[in-house]
Amino acid sequence: MAEPILEVKDLVKHYPLHQGILFKKQVGAVKAVDGISFELHKGETLGIVGESGCGKSTLAKVLMNLERATSGQVLYKGEDISRLSGAALKAVRRNIQMVFQDPYTSLNPRMTVGDIIGEPFEIHPEVAPKGDRRKAVQDLLDVVGLNPEYINRYPHQFSGGQRQRIGIARGLALKPEVIICDEPVSALDVSVQAQVINLLEQLQKDFELSYMFIAHDLSIVRHISDRVGVMYLGRMVEIGSDEEIYEHATHPYTQALLSAVPVPDPTGREGRERIILSGDIPSPANPPSGCRFRTRCWKAEERCSTELPLLAVPEIGEGPAKHASACHFAAVREPLAAAS
Amino acid sequence: MTTVIEKAEPADRLTPGTPLLEVRDLHVEFKTRDGVAKAVNGVNYSVAAGETLAVLGESGSGKSVTAQTIMGILDMPPGRVTAGEILYRGQDMLKMSNEQRRRIRGRKIAMIFQDALSSLNPVLSVGYQLGEMFRVHEGASKKEAKAKAVELMDRVRIPAAAQRVDDYPHQFSGGMRQRIMIAMALALQPDLIIADEPTTALDVTVQAQVMDLLAELQAEYNMGLILITHDLGVVADVADKIAVMYAGRIVETAPVHELYKNPAHPYTKGLLRSIPRLDQKGGDLYAIKGLPPNLYKVPSGCAFNPRCDAATDLCRTEIPALHQVLDKDGAELEGRRSACHLWKETLHG
Amino acid sequence: MPDLIEKKNAGIPAQRAESAAEPKPEKARSLGLDAWHDLRRRPIFIVSSLLILLLIAIAIAPGLFTSVDPRAGDLRNHYLSPPNYGHLFQADWFGYDGQGRSIYARVLYGARASVVVGICVTAGVTVLGGLTGMIAGYFGGWVDTLVSRITDIFFGIPLLLGALVILNAFTSRTVWSVVFALIALGWTQMTRVMRGSVITVKQADYVTAAKALGAGTFRILFKHILPNAIAPVIVVATIALGGYIATEATLSFLGIGLQDPTISWGIDINSAQKVIRTAPFALFFPAGMLSLTVLAFIMLGDAVRDALDPKLR
Repeated sequence: MAEPILEVKDLVKHYPLHQGILFKKQVGAVKAVDGISFELHKGETLGIVGESGCGKSTLAKVLMNLERATSGQVLYKGEDISRLSGAALKAVRRNIQMVFQDPYTSLNPRMTVGDIIGEPFEIHPEVAPKGDRRKAVQDLLDVVGLNPEYINRYPHQFSGGQRQRIGIARGLALKPEVIICDEPVSALDVSVQAQVINLLEQLQKDFELSYMFIAHDLSIVRHISDRVGVMYLGRMVEIGSDEEIYEHATHPYTQALLSAVPVPDPTGREGRERIILSGDIPSPANPPSGCRFRTRCWKAEERCSTELPLLAVPEIGEGPAKHASACHFAAVREPLAAAS
Repeated sequence: MTTVIEKAEPADRLTPGTPLLEVRDLHVEFKTRDGVAKAVNGVNYSVAAGETLAVLGESGSGKSVTAQTIMGILDMPPGRVTAGEILYRGQDMLKMSNEQRRRIRGRKIAMIFQDALSSLNPVLSVGYQLGEMFRVHEGASKKEAKAKAVELMDRVRIPAAAQRVDDYPHQFSGGMRQRIMIAMALALQPDLIIADEPTTALDVTVQAQVMDLLAELQAEYNMGLILITHDLGVVADVADKIAVMYAGRIVETAPVHELYKNPAHPYTKGLLRSIPRLDQKGGDLYAIKGLPPNLYKVPSGCAFNPRCDAATDLCRTEIPALHQVLDKDGAELEGRRSACHLWKETLHG
Repeated sequence: MPDLIEKKNAGIPAQRAESAAEPKPEKARSLGLDAWHDLRRRPIFIVSSLLILLLIAIAIAPGLFTSVDPRAGDLRNHYLSPPNYGHLFQADWFGYDGQGRSIYARVLYGARASVVVGICVTAGVTVLGGLTGMIAGYFGGWVDTLVSRITDIFFGIPLLLGALVILNAFTSRTVWSVVFALIALGWTQMTRVMRGSVITVKQADYVTAAKALGAGTFRILFKHILPNAIAPVIVVATIALGGYIATEATLSFLGIGLQDPTISWGIDINSAQKVIRTAPFALFFPAGMLSLTVLAFIMLGDAVRDALDPKLR
């Protein structure tokens, strides 16, 4: 396989917790992201799923250099970008852009659509010469399926789906290679979600974009992703191709997550088997020892509380079940495999 | 949904099938500085004891406004009921005095909201807020009220209820808070629960816990449940019958299995086709074109016509009635209605 | 790197019709214009702004409204009363003061000091307080701690006492020394308002988006944060403007503000208080103008707040 465009190595982001007013003393840390590694290849979509508090949004912020990593590396084409600042960082930003979750707060209400989409050109004047900017903005509007004549309108004159298109156009303006999508459709109406997902897929094809697609909706992630990583409490618990994860999950958390997704089909709903997890996600400031999922896991044994399972390919047979999973007892759940 | 429910005698015990609530031709509008927004334009639905009615719709479809009108918690002004009846066991609640309505609200019809954190008072302990219901409505002593609060928390399966009864809302997780809301709704053993997007703010694994709990409690007490949601997955899991709303109107009603198997309205059909499936990896998603309607300027004729592939001139001029849906042999399909001029083509074509 | 412009026609225009299907009817308008549309329909706004416009016109060119010299005294007119209301806009319309000067002319000429003090102090505190508040709110950390402690100190100084101390340092007191004293004591109020507003705005996703694009601090502060954080400052400033005018009058009344020969409502109120029983009109007109002016600004501030309040939108 070709060299990955983005490579994350053992990434850690801790938010220190302080006590005391005058002489601040660190008393602990919220371990939002705690040792994550993965690769993103050109033209690929990597889906990241997990529940709230699992650290997926923090991961996006660290990758975007909006938050400094505590330790670890983010390699863009082999170069570590997690420590960059100043002009070097600004140059890298051209290549990695972001689409935000909430189309209502991610656009400045005091700027026109033209100013919002044109801002990247003002920050990076080398991308589009001054005379061509209006044209470039109109082209971008056209690309995301909006009328180029809307250039002088304000965000509040658009619906949620249209605003998200504006946000996507802004993300595209610098012709990036990687776009990090943080829950890009979860704030949209169901009937509009499909439009935006189709647009993202179309853009990926046209501009050979690589996506990191962060979402909590597992159905949408499956639809759009080539590979999927599952996060729990700051760690990646399982990663593999969409088929490997959705049809042959070996981590108990992934299995529980998948079984909890309501299926939009009432046929056979009485007989549907569902793993109902007990309890809530523990606090990331004080995660359980060993395997983080053990407090809610039905497979947990003594070993899980002492030994942290690493994300590795388990020794279980051949085929799609053989993919990286961070569980001491990784195994395909039988009924799930049979159903598929 | 189609049968007109006869006025029922108030019964003390709920037997499954006892008609509880019927909404008839409800119209609600909002007067704002931008004009008049017609939020609800003639909604009819009914729910009986032990039955789960799912009201499915997107933002602006009027599903929540209808629920707020039933509860009598709609802000008036700017809201205004311009026509219609809301019959609770045969009595029109819109004609009742405030005092009469207050007696029904909470006691007979309770509501669960999406955002449990803002629905609970942050400076009062959870036990106090749960116990308040018993102190105010039943004149229980402080001690009795607290004991009942613990009992309720137990019933919604909050672990270590006796220890946690004095905790404050922010000390509970989202799922636990939603359980407390459910406990509060259940406190006075209502006939009917209206749940407005009860699990939208929750994670999937927690959502599954909460929906399970709700379904179980409903079965235990034989309550009626109106579930308001936009999530086709949740609806498929728990609903008995479904009313699909669009631009303030009901566009389709059907028993749950039939709606998913064979929708009779192009909007329902489009929605079902446009959601990605967990068990399928597809190419292009089907997308309903266009945007949800602007309530200040609802399209003439069928409100869905600008987004509909099959729209004809008739659709653009005449508002379709909620037709009884017939099967291929012309027999009435029970509980099935569609507000589409072309329901036949949609269903059988 | 794929070329966006070249490939833009690759199959997407078909989708365009979908999202462009329902163009909204209204024209493009900014939130400011929106607020203006809203304000235009509020009687309270119309009344207060007409009053304020009239006041500003009087302050700029009092000669247009009277030909009488406000400093020309004729002792024969010593507290000549009652004012002759039949002589509209004439020198004796409001009566005469103790030195036989036309109260009508003095009320008109007194507006200038009030308006200058009000506007200059407001401008000064808005700029000074706005900048410090923005810096404290945006950068946080020790900068915020420092600025916040300084504002706390200023908040502890009683306004009149502080003004007394500062103004006594001037040998001759002009309008500008009063302006200086009020800015020095008043800017911290705006710092607080601005700081709180900036802290809310800086968490918005569009600020994060600008950072992700590589925008510099200056651009983020002045293009993204300032335009969105300024609304509460404008509201507080409008209401405070009336307060500054009242404070100027108070200081002049107490004899530590403006001095003769400068004409100020406060000075006239002071000299009229001795004759409140015999010539109440000498007190009534300058005091009435002062109240009306302060009220007009407070009403305007209220209307502006309602129009700018995002919760009501």
